[in-house]
Amino acid sequence: MTVHTGQRNALRRFTTPIAVVLVLGAVFAWVGTLDLDSIESRTLNAEHLLDRTREHLVLTVVSSALVAVLAIPTAVLAHRVRSRIVKAVVIGLGNIGQATPAVGVVILLAIVWRTGFTTALVSLVAYCFLPVLRNTLTGLEQVDAATREAARGMGMTPNQVLWRIELPLASPVILAGLRTALVFSVGVATIATFINAGGLGDMIVNGLKLQRFSVLLVGAVLVAAIAVLIDWAAGLVEDRVRPRGL
Amino acid sequence: MPDPTAGVGIELSDVTKRYPGQEHGAVEDFSLRVEPGELLMFVGPSGCGKTTTMKMINRIIEPTSGSITIDGEDVLSLDPNELRRHIGYVIQQIGLFPHMTIAENIATVPKLLGWSKARVADRVDELLRTVALDPGVFAHRYPKQLSGGQQQRVGVARALAADPPVMLMDEPFGATDPITRLRLQEEFRRLQADIGKTIIFVTHDFDEAVRLGDRIAVLSERSRIEQCDTPANILADPANEYVAGFIGRGAGLMRLALIPIGEVPLEAPDDSSAALGVQDSLRDALDLLVLTGGQRVNVTDESGSVAGSLTHAGISAALGAPRLPTGTAP
Repeated sequence: MTVHTGQRNALRRFTTPIAVVLVLGAVFAWVGTLDLDSIESRTLNAEHLLDRTREHLVLTVVSSALVAVLAIPTAVLAHRVRSRIVKAVVIGLGNIGQATPAVGVVILLAIVWRTGFTTALVSLVAYCFLPVLRNTLTGLEQVDAATREAARGMGMTPNQVLWRIELPLASPVILAGLRTALVFSVGVATIATFINAGGLGDMIVNGLKLQRFSVLLVGAVLVAAIAVLIDWAAGLVEDRVRPRGL
Repeated sequence: MPDPTAGVGIELSDVTKRYPGQEHGAVEDFSLRVEPGELLMFVGPSGCGKTTTMKMINRIIEPTSGSITIDGEDVLSLDPNELRRHIGYVIQQIGLFPHMTIAENIATVPKLLGWSKARVADRVDELLRTVALDPGVFAHRYPKQLSGGQQQRVGVARALAADPPVMLMDEPFGATDPITRLRLQEEFRRLQADIGKTIIFVTHDFDEAVRLGDRIAVLSERSRIEQCDTPANILADPANEYVAGFIGRGAGLMRLALIPIGEVPLEAPDDSSAALGVQDSLRDALDLLVLTGGQRVNVTDESGSVAGSLTHAGISAALGAPRLPTGTAP
């Protein structure tokens, strides 16, 4: 019985990467059958693909890490203040960040500031701030009042209550927010190409502009594959990190 | 310094809690002394301020004015976190930490106090046994894997972990079903007989107060003490209408439940009657009389031999002079 459950879990766990590998394999096999012209062969080679993918991943991972470092402490502070007004303002700011179209933020920032990686990073952070902030705040708020009172009643300091009780209990919701932010940023990072910040958006836009369907397709498939794989990996981490007993 | 594990006295003088923007205090000028090792019940209706009064002792709620001392020491001058580590605290919702095992839950305060690992582990084992949970089975389970009654036992064990001289209990058995509740009360009574903590126990259930308390403080609005006395005295002689109303009907039966058969004079036995032990209560004797429809019930002593018998009249006499309800025609 347990063996079967274990096998089924392993199967489910590996379905996603196997599917991704199959799709990528099929796409590259198809590309291999094509006669590439000079434009296509400049893009569809291992070096170019790896460079764009690396740029894309760096943008995604660095922006998500920054979001985690900025949004989680902000949420903890807002939670600590216990003022509805502060919470409303913080959530409102996060809402504005997310409601603004990502393309708009990227282009505007590029106009008023400069083009390049840093600008792309800043707009990604602004865009992904909200889900992490809101989830962290929600996670902390939904910790049972009785649990918190018991902790305080036993003589835990407010910091001990935060680190030993509130954050562990909120961690599944916080992690879910981070996972959302990661997947968001994979998609939004394609826009970085418009301000010369690289990434797989280059291939999609070039493929469209130059009417090279194979370039467009490979770029789009790679973005999708990264998003799916990152979501999958984040799911594994969530399962591993989630406190037992919940 | 007395034995740190035994109870110490608590004294509240003119304690008042007033919330801003409210005309009356939630608690006004509350003064009471709790003796070392005493189990004092705060009984009153919802919203009368009994919980607020109790929570001011460990400063979950800060008093507006007045003084509170534990063992002569002013609690308002102590660091609240340090203070709370030396006061056991049990709440109705239990508040076990769901992400920690039972052992980790119980170890909370000892760890805060910096006990060694070995000492904590020994203490957890000992406490689980004290509350009748097998450490081998339960230590590594999580709270949600336990029934409500088992969780509440863990709640009590957790509060006892660092052997605090004082315990505050806020309707600890209020959320359990009636059968579990009776069993927990019985276990708790035996436990308290062993450990002799000074306990303030809040409840709205007068039966529970009578069953467990050494003394009962009957509270009304703003935590006013209407009467504070032993259960037997309050039942026999309620101070006013309010207390009488709170006791409700059945005071006589409740009093009988407090008196062991061994404490009343017995008459000669007859051979045919059903028998009870001297340690049973007069209420058990009356129950048996009603069930059998007989005139008397025999009583056996510890060795099992018949020591005498009880009649309806004997049971009534134990409650003192018969008190006719007022307004009844002769």
